[in-house]
Amino acid sequence: MNEVKTPILEMQGITKRFPGVLANDHVDLELYPGEVLALLGENGAGKSTLMNVLVGLYRPDEGEIYVRGKRAEIHSPKDAAALGIGMVHQNFMLVKTMTVAENIILGMSDLPFVPSMETVGKRITEISKRYNLQVDPNAYIWQLSVGEQQRVEILKLVYRGAEILILDEPTAVLTPQESHELAGVLKVMTDEGKSAIFITHKMEEVMEFSDWVRVLQHGKLVAVRRTQDTSPQELARLMVGREVLFRLDKAACTPTETILELQDVHADDDKGLPALRGLSLTIHGGEIVGIAGVAGNGQRQLSEVVTGLRRVTGGQVFIRRKDMTNQNPLSVIKAGVSHIPADRIGMGAVGNMAVSENLVMKGYREAPIVINGVLRPNRILEFAHKMIEMFRIATPTPQTRIKFLSGGNIQKAILAREIDACDGLLVAVYPSRGLDVGATESVRRMLLAQREEGMGVLLISEDLEELLTIADRIAVMFEGQIMGVVASDDADVETLGLMMAGVKREDLAVEIEDAVSTSTASS
Amino acid sequence: MRIIFEKRQSISRRAMVLVPVVSFLVSLLLGAILLLISGANPFETYAAMARGTFGSTYNFSETLVKAIPLMLTGLGVSIAFRMRFWNIGAEGQLTLGGVAAAWVALYWAGRVPAFLLLPLAILAGMVAGALWAGVPAFLKAYLGVDETLTTLMLNYVAILFAAHLYYGPWRDPQGYGFPGTAQFDPSVWLPRLVGTRAHLGLIFAIVLALALWFVLNRTRWGFELKIIGENQVAARYLGIGIARNIVLALLLSGALSGLAGACEVTGISRRLQQGLSIGYGYTAIIVAWMAQLNPIAVLFVAILMGALLVGGDQVQMTMGLPASMGLVLQGMILFPMLAGSLFTEYRLRIVRPEKTDPLASETVEAAS
Ligand SMILES: Nc1ncnc2c1ncn2[C@@H]1O[C@H](COP(=O)(O)OP(=O)(O)OP(=O)(O)O)[C@@H](O)[C@H]1O
Ligand SMILES: [Mg+2]
Repeated sequence: MNEVKTPILEMQGITKRFPGVLANDHVDLELYPGEVLALLGENGAGKSTLMNVLVGLYRPDEGEIYVRGKRAEIHSPKDAAALGIGMVHQNFMLVKTMTVAENIILGMSDLPFVPSMETVGKRITEISKRYNLQVDPNAYIWQLSVGEQQRVEILKLVYRGAEILILDEPTAVLTPQESHELAGVLKVMTDEGKSAIFITHKMEEVMEFSDWVRVLQHGKLVAVRRTQDTSPQELARLMVGREVLFRLDKAACTPTETILELQDVHADDDKGLPALRGLSLTIHGGEIVGIAGVAGNGQRQLSEVVTGLRRVTGGQVFIRRKDMTNQNPLSVIKAGVSHIPADRIGMGAVGNMAVSENLVMKGYREAPIVINGVLRPNRILEFAHKMIEMFRIATPTPQTRIKFLSGGNIQKAILAREIDACDGLLVAVYPSRGLDVGATESVRRMLLAQREEGMGVLLISEDLEELLTIADRIAVMFEGQIMGVVASDDADVETLGLMMAGVKREDLAVEIEDAVSTSTASS
Repeated sequence: MRIIFEKRQSISRRAMVLVPVVSFLVSLLLGAILLLISGANPFETYAAMARGTFGSTYNFSETLVKAIPLMLTGLGVSIAFRMRFWNIGAEGQLTLGGVAAAWVALYWAGRVPAFLLLPLAILAGMVAGALWAGVPAFLKAYLGVDETLTTLMLNYVAILFAAHLYYGPWRDPQGYGFPGTAQFDPSVWLPRLVGTRAHLGLIFAIVLALALWFVLNRTRWGFELKIIGENQVAARYLGIGIARNIVLALLLSGALSGLAGACEVTGISRRLQQGLSIGYGYTAIIVAWMAQLNPIAVLFVAILMGALLVGGDQVQMTMGLPASMGLVLQGMILFPMLAGSLFTEYRLRIVRPEKTDPLASETVEAAS
């Protein structure tokens, strides 16, 4: 039935070269009205590049684009917007010092000279109600969590009346519930006749969201499937080019001394509202403690308090039994704490500096990288080569500016730096976000390796599956407090789900309590 | 075939050299048009300028005289700009450096051994310049006060303070009412190249430019400054003390401009007098940008700018044109420069698609 439909969008033979890489190699793409196309591929396969070509951010070296059957010359995102094509980028493109409403109308061409922010705000509220995308139009972007910023990006497109939505890894930053909501949003949109291209690394989402799947590998289109005719296993194989094992060998947990201890910690968020409200938590060497919870319940503030980036307003933080309450980030780093931040472009990396420089941003303080205050370029390069190889970072050269790497490879570089520098505690915030199946697997292996080496790992994740596979204990956060800690062997998705919704562990059914109490003696 | 404009993967070194050169040529072209309008022959005028600036050892030494303060202030401004600290106060820092050097020269003579007097005067100039930049740096780093305003305002304070001194308490009683102090003792004169006014400041500038290049590109501190300049959130996350480093970098920036002032009073005028603040600190901003904040490049750009200043004087004398011609050219250099700097980040590329026949794509469309 769909075969007789005419595609609303066609891309033919798109080729895009960057110095040293063939990012897209004669890629074809078709999108039908009212349908969702999932675009799959490993980190660096060329998905974002293809979509950037579509919205006019890059000009293709070869190939043509047809929209509604007509040849389209797309020179800029403005041209794309005029054709009803809009994109939510992998790395958000919002102005942090402006409000949600201001960001949404920013750069729109058909605005009155003095736009009425009141009308804008009203329309935003209206749209956010219709699609169930809650945000405060008057909040500043810098005050929002990554997940909320995501919503703003989607709102922006809907506000501007996009007919073809491109979502580059939208769910990477969303909680399972939020992803589910997004599926709802997409459903409403496709029912209205809109279409979407959707990039993701999560197979379940491909199965849940899409009608068609296209798989890229090293810039080439390697497969086109109807979603109903394929399986996650097949897709993973098509992406990687080999069979992927979703299995990890995990040795038994042997906790050692206490590495991190939080006692009754209180802290405010950026708006000055309480974000942590009497949080206590203990992490030992040789164990991974996972933090589960819906985004915005204080996870980010928790990671910042531990790493010295946020002041606590009450309570104490101990690292290796030493009082580190409100110590500056450098002292915390020197105490052996590493941090993989949630915001990798804004915080974790310096876009305009080389991959090699980014890799030594923790190690540059010490020999052999620096001797008597003087940097050793050869040592830096040597170290970079080692990391690039060990962590399989795909980069044309170590001197390439890191902002030109694919999202997943930037994340790998940050991981490499932080894991290498770690000496005691690793704070990992959504570490596998945006990584392909293969890379996700290797990140998890690396976290387990850290644990084997006796490090404590604080793993903040929205992926319950991930927490259940690699964490030893899972603490559930809700409104700045720990609802309870369960051993992951005894935990199940339902119990965790209830606790994430704010039910205290003590109040849960007795049989769960029994099962859990034997294995959580350490907390 | 079509031409596309795309972002470069890495900053092109060739473009970094070509852009200032081409910008300079374009500004000469624009200047030629202006000269034609004002009835002068551009070729003759430019030839006169070239002779007047590079034509003889003496002329070239005069170009260097103007270039030296531009080199030093240009270096100072570059450091600040690398940190995204918009220090437009080099003029004031230079002036106060001159004042401090004059103070040592005039009032410490006889109290310290003569051979120490010159080094002390220079040191005093650097300290004064450093403090004058340090104040806005401190206000910005710790209190978030906007630095463009404070550095600019402090220029007027320094310039008027200097004027107050040479018109008032420091005025030379034997100076026939001329606004300036008495001439310094020869022991505080900065050595000059024989037969010219070009002074030791040139060596200072060259050595400092090399040292600065090394510090910025090869040291741990330079690495930290680079990170702060690029991404403050990342810098904080990496444990780099932002406020402290901004203040330190700005102390250095001010010290360089202060040194420029100290060299001017001890090397050229040998007294503190009117004419110390003639805009070197502002031209330094153009110098820094044209040199793309590269310390070595600052040296060459400063010579070019110095030549425009001297050349302006030359055309006034030999061609009867207004001396401001040099300034006009200076100003005009900035526009092609700013436009051209786009090419260090972007490039034009000519693409030949395999199918150049427009009909070919039509058939593909029809077939699909
Ligand atoms: N602006 C650019 N300059 C140079 N190289 C680039 C640029 N953008 C992307 N690349 C390179 O092109 C290749 C494809 O990158 P792209 O971002 O499209 O990958 P991706 O499939 O989106 O990966 P990910 O899943 O990690 O986001 C990578 O090797 C990347 O380094
Ligand atoms: Mg991508």
